[in-house]
Amino acid sequence: MKRAEHEIRSNVGKLLKQKKIDVFIGYEKGTLPLRTSPCFVSSEKEARKLIWNSFCTNNLAVYLPHIMSRVKNKRSTRVGIICKGCDSRSLVELIKEKQLTRDQIYIIGISCSGMVDYKRILSQVNSDEVIGVDETADEITVRSKEGERVFSKEENLCEPCRTCKHAVPTVYDMLIRTAQQPRQATTSDSTVHDFLMKPREERWQILEQELGQCIRCYACRNACPNCYCKECFAEQTKPRWFGVTTDLTDIIFYHTIRIFHQAGRCVDCGACVRACPMNINLRLFTRMLVDEVKERFGYEPGVAPEELQPLATYSAKDKQDFMIEPE
Amino acid sequence: MEQSDDKTIGQSDNKTNPFEPRILAFLCNWCSYAGADLAGVSRFQYPTTFRVIRVPCSGRINPLYIIKALQSGFDGVLVSGCHPGDCHYISGNYFARRRFALLKKFLEYLGIEPERVQFSWVSAAEGARFAKVVKQVTDDIRKCGPMNYFKKNRNFVERVL
Ligand code: SF4
Ligand code: SF4
Ligand code: SF4
Repeated sequence: MKRAEHEIRSNVGKLLKQKKIDVFIGYEKGTLPLRTSPCFVSSEKEARKLIWNSFCTNNLAVYLPHIMSRVKNKRSTRVGIICKGCDSRSLVELIKEKQLTRDQIYIIGISCSGMVDYKRILSQVNSDEVIGVDETADEITVRSKEGERVFSKEENLCEPCRTCKHAVPTVYDMLIRTAQQPRQATTSDSTVHDFLMKPREERWQILEQELGQCIRCYACRNACPNCYCKECFAEQTKPRWFGVTTDLTDIIFYHTIRIFHQAGRCVDCGACVRACPMNINLRLFTRMLVDEVKERFGYEPGVAPEELQPLATYSAKDKQDFMIEPE
Repeated sequence: MEQSDDKTIGQSDNKTNPFEPRILAFLCNWCSYAGADLAGVSRFQYPTTFRVIRVPCSGRINPLYIIKALQSGFDGVLVSGCHPGDCHYISGNYFARRRFALLKKFLEYLGIEPERVQFSWVSAAEGARFAKVVKQVTDDIRKCGPMNYFKKNRNFVERVL
């Protein structure tokens, strides 16, 4: 970790000094224990504040469409960014959607060994008393007034990281390896399968329970790199698609459409889930489309840059088993 | 298309009539709408449960419309377009087919009966097929009963706004 951090700092410093990039998007120390925050670095000196650890969870690709739509000189601007596997897959999708071009970005890829779910650890210690956090290849040590506690990383991984199959970035200009092996999950995700085993009524009930807690802050949308629409359906007023109320059907309406908008584009980075202040298990629903798209169209977002997005193309032979054929 | 009086639809008169669902049908202008027209002209008998919205192409259907219809109190939705290869805009129905496949599975996964949201191909020459589709979809949705768990509580809206 420390070595990776050092490499990031020196490389970013060099790139900025040589004017190969104008700004770099990375992580800095957060204001709370076990947290990091995204930061924008534009000088060699500032590059010293960059960090790398198992809590660098945000999907930084989220900033690029916004930056790119604002820069004046699109040709000569170049943005550096640090990418884990999932972030780089988001970037590939953004390039396919023509939100940016490959030569506008300089990607420092980092072979990721999985991110640690800080909420899980904080729920086991008293967060007010945390003094410091140390990290080794497999463990997190949290020092608090009560003493030291050691957590295994493997047991406290973020949900999507457990079954991540593409932890090494799919695109990059420079690859940094950490002391740990990149994650290579052997088990496949059972979230969707397990949920489908439940009867229909129970599924709807769980959905109502989960989404019933939603306060409609839209943080899940704002954290998602795919949600860059200038005008989101959620805020359109002509027509207003659904009410600005706390009615449960309005909330479900928002989520159904937001999640469906990610069909074939969601890289299962988990940024939406982590952003949710109400700890709603959105992945229960987003993951379904990831699996379905893979099964039906054999498409995995962000893995092959030359492949067309599944909903941007078609085949005359697509299955239509779901359509009615009256006898 | 013949439409019956609104009052008799969407509510069950528990003495004689079974529950009559209210179904929103999006029919593409070039095939299915003409097919529905032909069914009417040919005097085929079919249930009067459909409310039709004519759209240029099945590819015009945004999943938003379908969710909106369910939330607004429809008991089911049918989208119908030209058979593959017959699209007036060449590929609109092919793109739509991919989107619908995902949407249908997704809604089912969330816990909505799969019968409530259906898709079909009906050409302009298939009046009889259209009548059959209406009948089948109506029967399916009748079995599901009224869509009450996703219908927006209008009283709530009136109270708040
Ligand atoms: S929907 Fe969630 S998991 Fe999927 S790409 Fe967006 S933020 Fe990541
Ligand atoms: S929810 Fe849909 S409309 Fe809104 S920003 Fe995301 S992709 Fe765009
Ligand atoms: S982040 Fe959570 S609370 Fe906020 S809108 Fe999304 S699901 Fe609702």
